[in-house]
Amino acid sequence: MNNRIINWFKFASPQTFYPLAGKMIPWFWALTAAFGLAGLYIGFFVAPTDAQQGEGYRIIFVHVPASWMSMFIYLVMAFWAALGLGFNTRLSGMMASALAPTGALMAFLSLWTGALWGKPMWGTWWVWDARLTSELILFFLYLGFIALQSAIDDARRADKAGAVLALVGVVNIPIIYFSVKWWNTLHQGASVSLTKSPAMAQTMLWGMLLMALAFWMYSIAVSLTRVRAIILERERHAGWVDELPELKS
Amino acid sequence: MKPRHKRFALIGGGLAVLGLAAALVLNAFQSNLVFFFTPTQVAAGEAPKGKSFRIGGLVKEGSLKRQPDGLTVQFIVTDTAKEIPVAYTGILPDLFREGKGVVAQGKLGESGLFAASEVLAKHDENYMPPEAQHAVDQANKAAKTVKP
Repeated sequence: MNNRIINWFKFASPQTFYPLAGKMIPWFWALTAAFGLAGLYIGFFVAPTDAQQGEGYRIIFVHVPASWMSMFIYLVMAFWAALGLGFNTRLSGMMASALAPTGALMAFLSLWTGALWGKPMWGTWWVWDARLTSELILFFLYLGFIALQSAIDDARRADKAGAVLALVGVVNIPIIYFSVKWWNTLHQGASVSLTKSPAMAQTMLWGMLLMALAFWMYSIAVSLTRVRAIILERERHAGWVDELPELKS
Repeated sequence: MKPRHKRFALIGGGLAVLGLAAALVLNAFQSNLVFFFTPTQVAAGEAPKGKSFRIGGLVKEGSLKRQPDGLTVQFIVTDTAKEIPVAYTGILPDLFREGKGVVAQGKLGESGLFAASEVLAKHDENYMPPEAQHAVDQANKAAKTVKP
């Protein structure tokens, strides 16, 4: 185990991860601001109006990144949940519970901006089509995960129960993603995907990708801050926490 | 086999079984998960009879007729193979246009006229500036005239 170049298990210890996360957080905030400002500038001032939807389409610069993040964060959460169940590492469970509120926020943003967009364009706030319904289920999965973990007092048991729920819910992610392909939906198909060239003007695409990067950086920064708080809370009896300079003063 | 490997095998196996179950369930519910029926499906009798359902397709070019009261409209929904005439009283969404996508909810009458209670616009996933759209339209027109 010691002949590896990087010993990944070293960072699985809350004691080593806590200061590392603290060092990384300001960088991710800086990147959030940089990508976010560039993305908003392109989105509002550089990207042209859309031929069909006029100025109203610009909500895409929030809606699509939020939807991508809501799905991706769930995958990351399930990944940590699986690692936690398999390796029995404490930090994995903490990572999963740190990601859940941000994921729920992204799912909510996606539904909310989608409703605001749907009313003027489709003519309705909400329809029960496969894409919208499965995204709503994702939002409820996040809420269920948070509720389940808070309902169990013992942190290690809460992690295990949450991990099982997170892993069961992972089947929903491909359903959300492919819903517009598998069934007739009111929601249009994907404009950007890995298999074909993007169906949007270059500057619109750049604005959207920059905003997506900003959402990534924001999610990482916030989740790392949250995981540090969780580490302090759960390890408060450990000796190294008492030694922390920021807690001594 | 270490206990850790056993746990990962259990997680992997569990996910595989769950995925399979989800696939089977979705497959079984296939017909209930469609948001709308196409005119071809309606013509084939796949749509529920006597009940409210949604049809989806394109608004046929030149088919939109407004009644004198200004609110009642008639248009034809087509999927380029089959057509269904639709009547609707109410406000149409901004994106409702001839040649563009539409989803209408309502009942199919005896005469084959679809009485809609709600009309939604369905737009596509292409986003482009008006100039580019104009260029695409011109190109399409040119392509049509070239064809014999």
